[in-house]
Formats: sequence, C-alpha cells, structure tokens
Amino acid sequence: MRVLKYGINRLALNAFRNRMELVKAGLGRRDLLKMGLLTSAGYLIAKSGLSSRAYAQGGGNDATPNPAPPPSPPTTPFMEPLPIMPVKQPVASLSPAPTTAPNTAAGEGRTRAHQALAQFPPQKLYTRIAQASSVSMSHDLPSQPVWTYDGNLPGQTFMARYGEPILVRTINNLPSDNGGFGKPSITTHLHNGHTPSESDGFPCDFFEIGQFYDQHYPNVLAGFSSTHQPNGDINEALSTLWYHDHRVDFTSQNVYKGLAGFFLLFNQFDTGDETTGFRLPSGPFDVPMLLNDKVFDPVNGLLAFDLFNLDGILGDKFLVNGKIQPFFQVHPRRYRLRFIDGGPSRFYQLFLTDPTNTNATNPFFQIANDGNLLPKPQQVSSVRLGVAERADIIVDFSKFAGKSVFLENRLQQTDGRKPGAVLGAGQGTNVLRFDVVLPPVADNSQDPATITKFYSLPDRTATPRVTRTFNFERTNGQWAINGQFVDCNTTRFTVQKNSVEKWILKNNSGGWQHPIHIHFEEHQILSRNGVATPSNSIEFARKDVTRVQFNETVELLFRFRDFVGPYPLHCHNLVHEDHAMMLKWAIANTGDTNSRP
Amino acid sequence: MSVRPVAFGYSPLVALLLTLAMLTSASSSETISASRDTIRRQHFPDVVLTTHEGKQVKFYEDLLKGKIVTINFMYTHCKEGVCPLTTYNLGLARRIITERVGPNRLGHDIFTYSITIDPEHDTPAVLNEYAKTFHAGPGWLFLTGKPDDIELLRRKLGFVDPDPNLDKDKSNHIGNVRYGNEPLQQWSVVPGMAKPEVIATSILYADWPADSAKKPLFTKSVRATQ
Repeated sequence: MRVLKYGINRLALNAFRNRMELVKAGLGRRDLLKMGLLTSAGYLIAKSGLSSRAYAQGGGNDATPNPAPPPSPPTTPFMEPLPIMPVKQPVASLSPAPTTAPNTAAGEGRTRAHQALAQFPPQKLYTRIAQASSVSMSHDLPSQPVWTYDGNLPGQTFMARYGEPILVRTINNLPSDNGGFGKPSITTHLHNGHTPSESDGFPCDFFEIGQFYDQHYPNVLAGFSSTHQPNGDINEALSTLWYHDHRVDFTSQNVYKGLAGFFLLFNQFDTGDETTGFRLPSGPFDVPMLLNDKVFDPVNGLLAFDLFNLDGILGDKFLVNGKIQPFFQVHPRRYRLRFIDGGPSRFYQLFLTDPTNTNATNPFFQIANDGNLLPKPQQVSSVRLGVAERADIIVDFSKFAGKSVFLENRLQQTDGRKPGAVLGAGQGTNVLRFDVVLPPVADNSQDPATITKFYSLPDRTATPRVTRTFNFERTNGQWAINGQFVDCNTTRFTVQKNSVEKWILKNNSGGWQHPIHIHFEEHQILSRNGVATPSNSIEFARKDVTRVQFNETVELLFRFRDFVGPYPLHCHNLVHEDHAMMLKWAIANTGDTNSRP
Repeated sequence: MSVRPVAFGYSPLVALLLTLAMLTSASSSETISASRDTIRRQHFPDVVLTTHEGKQVKFYEDLLKGKIVTINFMYTHCKEGVCPLTTYNLGLARRIITERVGPNRLGHDIFTYSITIDPEHDTPAVLNEYAKTFHAGPGWLFLTGKPDDIELLRRKLGFVDPDPNLDKDKSNHIGNVRYGNEPLQQWSVVPGMAKPEVIATSILYADWPADSAKKPLFTKSVRATQ
C-alpha cells in the first residue's frame, strides 16, 4: 500500500483502514475523487484525523455574546424545606430469585454473568423502580411528571456498609411517552463503586421498558484479591457515591429528568454513628445534597430541556435535592454536608455567606473529595465542583445560632463551555438558605480541627506498567477523545488486572473545561502542567473525576484491581458525554501497552 | 388530519382555537401532544426547502412529522474532509440500517436529510449531481432553500459554534448528525465522522419500540425516488 511507504503512523493506518472500507463498498478511484475523499496528491483523506483547526477551538474568546438568559418563570426562593430523601429499605426476597447468569427468559436485560456473586453473596436485596412520578420542584410551578427511582426526586438513599454485599434489582417501568425528552431505556451507574463491570451500569448495558437488571455491589475494598488480601486496602475506602442513569447518547436527558440518587458507604471508621470511629456528624446531621440547575417552560412551568444544544446546558433555577432554592432548618451544631454536582453542565464554587456580614470569610472543614476522606480535615473557605465531583464538608452552625446563612455559588458561568470568574460575596446565587433556628442539641461528633488522621493515601511512587495519553478535543462540533468517538463495540485498550498505570489527560483548548470521570478505580492527580500536586492540596487525595481545565495536561496514577470487563472513560459534562466524548476500555488478565488509544 | 393552524389563512384566533381543539382531541392518531408541539415550535420552523429533485417541501410537515430522521449540514464543494466523509458515512450507515431492519424502511419511515449551508452555490441541480455521486438511495434528500431559511434551520437545530468567528468559517461547520424520532420526541446526536456502524446503531436507538402500539401510520411520506 502506498500509504504505508512513509511508515505506519496513525493517519496512514486510518487511511489504510478507510481504503479497505471503501474497497469493500465497491467504490473506485474516480468515485473517490468525485466525493472529495482523495487528496490532490492521491491520498485518502484521514477519516479520524483531526485538523490543527480543532486544537484552536474555542480559544477563550470572551467576545462571544452571552446567550439570552433562560426563560424560566419566576419562583420565590427559600419558601420550602430541603427535601431529605428516605433511606432505601431492603426487601425480603426477589422473584424470580437472582441468578448468576442473566435471567433473559424472565426479562432481565443483563448480558453478562455476575463474576463475584458466589464470592460475595448478597446479604440484602433491594428493588429500584424507574418510573414517572409527579413531583413539585417549587410552589410556584405545577406538580409535574418527571422520571424517578421509586417516586422520589432524587431517589431514596442507600445506606450501605463495607463487608455487606447487596444486590439491587432495577426495574424499568418508565412510560413510552417521554413528555418531550428522555429515553425510556436505562442503565444505572453506581458512581464510583468498586463494582464488577456487569453491575457497573455501563452506558451500553441499557435495558428497555418491562425489563429488569440485577446489579451486585460487593461493597468490598479495592485490593482484596491482590495487594491487600483478603479484605482490601482500607485507604481505598469510599463514602459518598451516587447512582444515576448512564444510557449512551441519552444520559443528559435522563439524568436531567430525575434519574439520580445517593448511595452512602460506611465502615468501621466512617460508621454512620457519631459516637464511634471517626465520630463524623451522623444521622440527621449527615445530609447529602444533590445540586442541579434546570430550566422551566415560561408558559406552562414544565421542566424543559434543550434537545439541540451541543456545548453544555445551563439552567437559571438552582435545585438542591429536587427543590428550587430550599431552606434548611438546622440546630446550632456540626453537620456533615455532602455536595454532589449533579449537572448537567455547570461548575460551582460554593461558599457560606452571612448576609448580615458579607465581608466575613466563613471557613469550614472539607473532609472528603469525590467521596474519599482526605488524609485529615482541611479548613477551606469554599469548594469548587465540576459535574459529578463531590465534596463532603463539616460546618459548625453554632457560630451562626439564630441567624440565616446562605450556601452561595459564586462561580460565574455564562455558557455550557466553561466557568468564569469567582464573584464577590453576595454577588453569586444563593442555592440554599440555612436557618439556624432549631434548639441546641447534643453534638457527639468530633471537632474536625482536632482530627489528625483519617486514612493514609496509597503509595504514589509505584512504577506504571503503561502510560497512556488522552486528548480531549472538539472538531467540527464533534467531541472526541484521541480523535475518536464513543463506540459500544470497540474496546480501545485493555488494562492488565492488578497493575498500575499512568494516564495523561490533555485539553489543548483555552475555551473549554472537561470534568473527566474514569469508572471503577479512584486515581491520584500526580501533576498539572508538570507541576506536582502539592501535598497540602485537597487534590492530593484520591479522586474519580478530574477537571481538565484550559490548556492543561494532567497526570493520573491508577491501580486496577480485582474485577474484569469493560468500563468507560468520559467527560461528565453530560452534554459532551452524550455527544460522543467517551471511550470504552476494559480490564483483563492480560493487558496491552497502547500508549495513545 | 394534521395540525396546520396558519396554512389555510385562518385568523390567528381561529388558528389557536383549532390548535387547542386538536391538542385536546385524543382520538386521532395524528394528535400532537403539547410537548411535541413545543419542540416543533422551538426547533422545527416549517420553512420551504427544495430537494435535489426540485421538489418543494415543508421542513416540518413534509420532512419531519411522524418520521425517524437524521439531519446534517454540508456543502458540495467542502473539501476539508468533514462533508464528504459525513455523507459517505451516512451512505454506509444506511446500508447497515437496511441490513438490520430490512429494505422497506428507508424512504418509508426512516429518512436522511442533508441540508446545504451554501444554498447559493448548491442549487437542486448541483445537489442532484452530488446525490448521484454518493449513490443516495430512497429517503435521502439533499436540500437547499433560501439562505435566511437555511440559517434559521441551522440555528434552530443547534448546528452553531458558540465562537462567532469559528461559526462564520464554513469549513469549520458542525459535523454532527442529529437523529431523532419526531413523534416519540427522542433526539440525540452522533458525530458524522464516527464509524458507520456507530452511526447506524445510534439512528436505530430512535427506532420504534419493538412492541410499540404507538407506531403511527405513515400516510404522507415524501420519498426520494432513485
């Protein structure tokens, strides 16, 4: 082949493959010339190659006129309490009983056998029904059907424990009439469980109305079968997870329509009881908060979704746990607040603002990053979140007794591409109001200022077996990773089970930021643009979403252990994710060394 | 009966009443739900386009209503790769669709629309030549129209770069393929430069559910005869 004369580079290989495809299609050289598929030099143009133009995309051009503000009807903030989601309760049995092989005959949509069901037999069984339910997101808007798990927006909260494997049967009971957006075909991801592939909620493992899908969550620490037998590495403990729909091409619509909920994981240290272990605020003082921004139709007040947006969707209404700008009455004591940026596209920078004294800095303690406890609590004055990132903080409301303070997002953002500047106190959006009006009560939690140690961080000096590089790109409006798009049938690379890898994430644009999520294993950020992560930085701890900011190269270290099968890597800006910025990789007993998959 | 409030010269009030009457009527298989009508109003202006065969068609009433469609924008003298590749990929994707769902769907309820962003150059005759070059089969229409109408469609359908300088550059035009099922209100996007199998798979995500009782009648299909 003539194209191979200059060596097998990527473009040539692509051209070669394309040529074979063309030959198969029965097209001759004359056809190709007419179609514009041959260059003047006689070479096939590279189908998947990106022009240099792609790298100049965006360019941070701030001359872009801001789009008109979304047109939601007016709503009065802070009129309704923060919804606290009920705790998910197990069922006594499932009928038909769970099986290792997919129970296709009974209507199970699973296609692969459970790989660890016998090793970690479920001690509790649950059902989770995806269904349309009428909810009220504000007194000022009509009650309206959205898509929920079990009728709750967000879904009910799973309280799981390490050492207690569970099985969750999700039933697709969604209506075929979607009311304007959403695909009643689902797959439920547990973000970021150490979950066998077939139970992960892989985007291509979707199932249809009337079907069910059993997911086995072993609730086991990473390393149980390799580096830390038999119980796994305590330093890999997870705490704040969430579950959400992950249907390929339709995730943004389905999650926006309501398919998300909390999944909290406890152990002998993070116990769920503030008199034991790390003594973190617990029970009613441990409050997960799902942050979303949405748009409502100005005429009928119904939830609206821009089906024809490519770049990222911003709402003008801010919801916490499914309610627009609620209030939350608290006691003057410590609370653990678990923030999740539920998207679809917005970045947040969250501060506590005292409206009677906006000049004051109101610090709090961050204790976890993406649901992973930090080595020890760190005092901060704000937390920044991209979509799917989490931050657990401890706030002591005793210093605000009798007052109201706001949870204020001070991060300016005018389009779905990227965050802007951090605004001054009182100039952002108050997403929730804490009213410190309840009477004093006992506080058995430990003052985070006196906590000197949660867990150690896993060793970050291990030598990677492979280093892989991923470019996050946009060309002709198409979101790509290394010039390629999501493909359910192509495994782009294979990681060797029980090995260490280094992944380099690159964003060559000054106009976009991407929160990149890698399923299954937590990672550690080694460096940004060659600068090693400072050991006193929040980012020094483990992550499962990393914001790849303007013109950044970020190096991540992973250990892939215990389970095998496919997982995705993707941008968690849900709009980018649906528009193909995702790839499928896999873990197997033998891995490859593809450095730019 | 179709919902066409202004087509027969009714006053706006009569048209509104007619529309409301139709929206509240649940008996007709052509009843348009409120949400479906909202999408139509917001994104599918019923502009008149001309096919590569010289036929005048209305964008919503004739091309979208009741159908599974893909929409992409292109121009015939685009030599940067993205247009010919997308067109080429769509051709292969259509073959794959035929293999998967049978030969009677393209041009019946599954349609492919490629709209030129250079309507002044891309006359029906030019598009016809292009369609022949790419062996366009049943239900694949190359469309041109008034420049303002094309621009309106491009904006309404979200084929716009947020950077106005890049947006002006035709060769940088958005290379995605919108696909959707209009009555089921299921819309998403697949890159035109994705593999043809992936494009075909995505388009068929918008196919009618296997046991669908809601599958509408296809009474007024526009067919590209090849």
